[in-house]
Amino acid sequence: MAETVKDIKITGEGNDQGKKRKTYAPAVDIIETKNNILLIADMPGVDEKSVDITLEKNLLTVYGMIAPAIPDYSGTVTDERSAGDYQRVFRVSDEIDRENIKATVKDGVLRLVLPRGGNVMTKKIEVTGEA
Amino acid sequence: MLLKELERELEKWSSFPDPFREFSLINHGLLRTLRPIRGEFPPVDISKDEEKYVVSAEIPGVGPEGVDISLKGKTLTVRFERRPEELGEGEYYTKKERWYGDFNRVIDLPCAVEADKVKARFNKGILHIELPFAESEKPKKISVQTE
Repeated sequence: MAETVKDIKITGEGNDQGKKRKTYAPAVDIIETKNNILLIADMPGVDEKSVDITLEKNLLTVYGMIAPAIPDYSGTVTDERSAGDYQRVFRVSDEIDRENIKATVKDGVLRLVLPRGGNVMTKKIEVTGEA
Repeated sequence: MLLKELERELEKWSSFPDPFREFSLINHGLLRTLRPIRGEFPPVDISKDEEKYVVSAEIPGVGPEGVDISLKGKTLTVRFERRPEELGEGEYYTKKERWYGDFNRVIDLPCAVEADKVKARFNKGILHIELPFAESEKPKKISVQTE
């Protein structure tokens, strides 16, 4: 079986990510429907250009880059929000149709639609009798 | 809180095959650090320059129509709500970590602001409210005259 590495990038340009920044796991909802699995992640500050989704083997990685704080405002009064990127890894079963995963980002929420109907790998093992 | 635990227990017991197995241990550890520890929700950043305060709050999935901002004196109130997805027949959650419900966050500003000139905008799920200082709060230049 050939290893298929599918890169589902919805970003146009390659992000120059050092990936050494502090990352946080976004809160996620997963909804199962008849034909799809819907994954919704809260990633405020992220848009379609700064989110990176990769599926390698059965690992689905969601990465969201956050631009550093706005430099114009010099004085910080309170600073409660966590600064850093988002990252979370999921394991996807063979049931998912890898070629047709769709991703959209709106108002800082990522929605991934993972259709069912991938090839469920079944391998038949021949049993041979000893001669 | 109790309800959440119950929900989690129920999820554990649900016998549906889960095609979406996750590295739950790693993720849970990380998720915990994300939750606002200092109490109030949503977490808010307040910064200022010479003319204004800027209040920023993470409210993903809520558009301009879903938020209500009011100002009374130095007290800024931000109200919003977010509802779960409407599920069709046979659809169900296998994970539900995102927040839902009605929220309001009250912020006491350190000084008076110009209520008529407050501006708010949403950008990528982050609400930014700009509150220009009231005239009386702005620094005044005092000229010194010779006698």
